[in-house]
Formats: sequence, structure tokens, C-alpha cells
Amino acid sequence: MTSESTLTVPPPRSLLLPKIPTHWANKHLLGLEHLSANEISLILDFAEALHAVTNHGRTKLDLLKGRTVANLFFENSTRTRNSFSLAAKRLGADTVEFSSSGSSVAKGETFIDTAKTIEAMLVDAMVVRHSSPGTPHMLAKHLQCSVINAGDGPHEHPTQGLLDILTIRQHRGSLAGLTVALVGDIAHSRTARSNIWGLLKLGAKVIVCGPATLVSKNWEKLGVEVAYDLDKILPRCDVLNLLRIQFERQAIRPFPSVHEYMLLYAMNKERIQRSKPDILIMAPGPINRGVELTPEVADGPHSVILEQVTNGIAIRMATLWLLLGSNTAHQAQQHSS
Amino acid sequence: MDSNWLIENARLIDPSSGMDRVGRLLIVGGRFAGVDSSDGDLPTQLSRIDARGLIAAPGLVDLGTEFGEPGREEDETIQTGTHAALAGGYTSVALSTNTLPPIDSAASVEFIHQKGARADNCRVYALGCVSKERKGESLAEIGSLVEAGAVALYDGPNPIENTGLLRRALEYCSMFDRVVFDHPEIASLSRGGVMHEGMEQLVLGMSPMPAEAEDLATSRDIRLVEATGGRLHLTSISTAGSAELCRRAKSRGIHFTVGCYTANFHMTDEMLRSFDCNCKVNPPLRSREHVEAIVEALSDGTIDIISSGHKPSSLEKKMVEIDTAPFGMIALETALSQVITYLIRPGVLNWHQAMAKMSLNPARLLGLPGGTLEIGKPADLVLIDPDRTWKVDADNLNSKSYNTPLDGVELYGVATHSFVQGRLRFEAAVR
Repeated sequence: MTSESTLTVPPPRSLLLPKIPTHWANKHLLGLEHLSANEISLILDFAEALHAVTNHGRTKLDLLKGRTVANLFFENSTRTRNSFSLAAKRLGADTVEFSSSGSSVAKGETFIDTAKTIEAMLVDAMVVRHSSPGTPHMLAKHLQCSVINAGDGPHEHPTQGLLDILTIRQHRGSLAGLTVALVGDIAHSRTARSNIWGLLKLGAKVIVCGPATLVSKNWEKLGVEVAYDLDKILPRCDVLNLLRIQFERQAIRPFPSVHEYMLLYAMNKERIQRSKPDILIMAPGPINRGVELTPEVADGPHSVILEQVTNGIAIRMATLWLLLGSNTAHQAQQHSS
Repeated sequence: MDSNWLIENARLIDPSSGMDRVGRLLIVGGRFAGVDSSDGDLPTQLSRIDARGLIAAPGLVDLGTEFGEPGREEDETIQTGTHAALAGGYTSVALSTNTLPPIDSAASVEFIHQKGARADNCRVYALGCVSKERKGESLAEIGSLVEAGAVALYDGPNPIENTGLLRRALEYCSMFDRVVFDHPEIASLSRGGVMHEGMEQLVLGMSPMPAEAEDLATSRDIRLVEATGGRLHLTSISTAGSAELCRRAKSRGIHFTVGCYTANFHMTDEMLRSFDCNCKVNPPLRSREHVEAIVEALSDGTIDIISSGHKPSSLEKKMVEIDTAPFGMIALETALSQVITYLIRPGVLNWHQAMAKMSLNPARLLGLPGGTLEIGKPADLVLIDPDRTWKVDADNLNSKSYNTPLDGVELYGVATHSFVQGRLRFEAAVR
């Protein structure tokens, strides 16, 4: 009996985690635009620490035991939703899943009411994905719990930006001075926007590259290089992040054909040969094999696409822990009131 | 209510005569009867108001106001809307056709008139649709609409997309000496858009409404006026390009009028950063350089008419994601204060110019009473305390809807009394 109960006590691995610094005061993670370089680095550091403490995800912690994380997905998603779900579970939290496609108007319930209903089940954090920009920001105003943006239309997808940056940092040690090109549909990409803010803040040079109908010249005003010719910038790039063509967000086809897009922007064997020998090939997924990149590249030695997925869980664990871990007293009080 | 009044010690501002002086204004039998009349000329039955520190100006006239009745009474009824109008200093509203069904028949014009009469607040005029069912395809029965009393033709808030239809409308309406209103926008460039295309939009990732969508429509509309000699009112310009096109066309002697909404002379697209659906308006809140161009066009007279742009949406319609939220904000009760705060106090417009754009010019355009303090004319009058400040509280406005992005904003200027035909129809609570 006694020996059994000792066995079930989890090892005090969480003691290995650094303390959440007092200057971290964020309740929500809505985007990277308004985070400082220090705050971004802090999330990356915690992601790595949690990665180590969980033995790369093989051990569960009880840091968030008794806490509930709700996944509120108004847009189809499998990878991000599962990633958040696993992250919450690996920290010991319970999860609630809600997914519905289509706008709230069509359903007859506003998304705010849906969120309030879920919140009334006493959740501590709500992970929100929606096709309309600003939806998590609106919820943050209407709800008491923490809100995490898991993608709001073409606006931001902060955990994706963070996991991309973490993957680069793991390979290169630092972002400073690296040249990172985001290739493809910049106009409709929340991943692009979150990457741009994070990369600029950490000192990387950012190039956005794609068809002129999807890459605004105005990005230059924010300190981003704008390019239309992938082959011209290729030799300078340390990292290529190949964004998915968001067919579903494009009301009007912004380029003549997929065939032409591939000719101009698909990353293939020939282009790899003209790249830096240590170039990193990333893609936020889901990837359209044969459109943004060919299978040889996706599965080739330069590809870190699957590392991104693994890092996604670490980033999401770090996010949940940083948002929920520092205010245990506050949350308890809120639920009892 | 008594319709003999003596307004004493007010600063009398009459854009129709250029009068601007302190005096006493006599109203007898619902009409302006004199300025500085001697005591012997006063009727025995008389109510007096000591208007020291207040401005007396012609009641405001709003064009293209949207209420939603019939069919969208949850947003605003003619009863609540006209009450809001009076509270904002408006004594006349010409209602948009954006109703269910749209105002495209003599019967529906008659409905508006009856509801307006029953509400018995301010004067209510009906605009009629340019096209059948406001679909933008074929001309509505404009002759019947005019016969029933439609004061102008408007497919608001939609632009007249079909260029051929606009041309026919301008020609056809000239038979009846009626003005065609157009909201200048080439919808194929802005369809699905949420906000002004620019740096803010780039960062926020919202669907764009580019400035050239408006510029091209303005240019097209002006060219058609020139070609047809028809009467056109551009309801709502918001871009530097539009302003410049209108300025040049007017200097070439082309006759048309230009309006703008109160939102577009002081609010910028940065407000969309709040993701507040009440900031989603059409024309969209533009970037600073466009707003400055609109202010300049107001100042140099390119813009003749300031309209409120009042477009109520019930709470639940705005409690949705910004992509699907309807456009529009309520403005009848803030318009005068917006003009005072952002145009008169900074010295962009003087009182005469401002009152001309809010009463005289719109009244003249449609041949309506109002816009003047001239003796013998119906006494549509507003008393304004120009220095009183107030904080907008959406919950305490008279409009049935709450959709104003100005909630919580401190503004200058309050309409203290609104008279329609000499009858005191609204009096603000004492501070």
C-alpha cells in the first residue's frame, strides 16, 4: 500500500523550472506585435525548460492540475487544436473542446455568447481560433479568463510565430543578423504577421516574398524587405518559411494558376542547390506538397517542418504556464466569487 | 404647446443672411416674427427664454438619415429616431431608403409621412429609391415617388454601381427637378472590405476598402453630371482623391453638391485597432492624411453639406465578429458636438460656415423649409450651449441603438432647445 502510493507521487520535476519573473504581467496572449523582445525570449526559454523537464513531452507534469483550458475553434483545425490540447494535458490541466465552423450569425448564437457559455463551465484559459481578425481581442474584453489567440483570420497567430522562431533559435543559437524569408501569401497569412513582429524584435532581417497581388509594398515602411523574385533573394537567405496558399481566404484568385505559382515560388531541388548550404526550410503546415515545396524538399535534410510541430507543444505549454502559473491565487478567488 | 416665444440675449447666427449678433428673437404663430422687436410689438401670450450664453441657429437638417422603419424596427423606429434627432438639434431628417421593404413605391413614401406625423417630433421627409427594390438594376417608379412627396432619390447605403443606371437616373430625375444621391464607391474594389486599406489594415489583416474605390466613383459621377446636366449629391466623401476631384470639378463650373459624414472629419483608421465593430463604418475611417484632406475640403467649401451618417444597428448585430458586423454608427445626437469640438473650436469652420453646412445648404438643396431665421419663415430653431462639455454615454442616448465609437468621449456643445414650427419639441435637462 505505502509503496504503491509513493510510486504514484510524481517526481518533483517542476522544481527544475525557473520561476516566472515578476515583470511578466500578461494575462492574455493575443499577438506578438505588442510583446517586447524580452517577453518573447522569456516564452522561448520557458518552452525549452518545459521541454527538458517533460523529457521532450514523455512525462506529464501536474503544474496546472485542477485548471481547465478550453479550445474554442470556430475554424477548422486539427494540428493547432491538438497541439494546445496536448500541451494542456502535459501540464496536468483538463481540457474542454468546442469546435464549430461557420460564422456565429449562421448558427444563431453570437461567438461572444458561445464563449461566455464555455467560460461559465469555469475555465481558466480559452484558446480561440476564428476566421475574423480581432475575435480573441473582443473576447478578452468580455471574459474574465485568459485568452490565447490561436489564429484570428489573417491577423496574428502568436504561438505559430513563437514556435517558428524557437525552431530557428535551436538551430542557430540566436536570431540576430539572420535573414529569414517568408514566402507566399503574405496578405492572408497570420503566420506571416506574427513571424514578422517576432523576428524583427529579435534582430533578424525579414524578407516577404510572393506574388505582388499578395505582398504589399507597404511592408517596407515597417522595416521589412519586399521581394517578388525568389531566385534573386535565395542566396542571401538563412531560413525560408514557406507559407501555405490560403485558397479559402482568397475571394478572387490573386495569381493565374497554381502551375505558375509553382514555377515562381515552389521550393524544389534546383532551388535548394542554389541556396546557402545550411538553409533551414520551414512550413507552418498543412503543406500543399508540390505547391509551396516539393516532397524532396519537405522530407529533405534542410527541412525542419516536423521539429516545428514538436516545438509547437513546448511553446503552448510555456504559454499556458506563463499565463496561468503566476496567478493561482487570483484564479481561485475568481472562481469562488 | 405655445408657439409664441421670445428668445432673449442669444447670439443669433443665421447663415442665410450672415447675421451674427446678440439680440432677441421673436416667434409668433410658429414663424419668425422679428429681431429686436420693441416691447409694444410683443403678443400678450408669450413664453420667454433667457438664452444668455447660448447660440440661436436654424434647426439642423440631416440628409440620408437611416432609421430602419419599416422592417428593422429593432434598430430604430421613426419615433425613437426623430426623438434622437431633436436631442441632437435636428429639426428635419430626410430618411434613407434602406428599409424592408425599401422605399420604392408611393405607398411606402406615404407610410414614412404617416409615421413621421404620428411621432410628431421633427420634420420627416422620405427619400425614394433610385432603383426598383433598391437592387441597382432598373429605375424605380421615380415619377410616382416624387408625386407622393419623395424629396430626392437615393439607393443608400449602397452605391449606384451600375453606371448606365446612374446615367439614366440623372437624366430621368431632371424631368422632376429632383436630386440623385450617390454614395461614391466602386463596390468591386471594396467588396468584402472591413476597413480603409493602408498601414493599419496591413497590420490588422482585415479585408481592405481602398481609397481608389471611392475616387473612381467620384470621378465617374462627376463626369456623368457634366454629361447629363442632372442634379447630383455625393452623400459622403472621405478620401483626399475625392476631395481634390470635387474641388477641381467645382472650379470648372460643374454643379453638384458634396457631403461628408461626421465620422470622416475626425476619426482615423487607427481606431480599428480596438476591433470595436462600432468603428466599422462606410465610408471607412481613413488614415490621417485623408482625414486632413476632408477637413481642408470642409474649410475651403468643397464640401457643402455635413450629414450625421446616422446608421443604427441593434446591440446583437454589432456583438459579432468584425467581418460580419454591419457598417454604421449612430450620430444624430453627437453630430453637432462633433462639429463644434473638431471643426469650430479648432478654427476650421466658423459658426456661419458650420450652420450653413448643417442646415441652410441641405435645406436649400432639397427646397425644404429651414436653414434660416428670416422673418416670416417657419420657426425651426435650435439653441446651443457651445461651451458645455458632456461625456457621450451610449446607454443614455435617445436612439434605440448604442452603436457609437464615441462612447465615453468628452465633447463640447449641447443642443439645449429644439423648436419645430415654433413648438418647443425638445429641451435638454439642466446640467
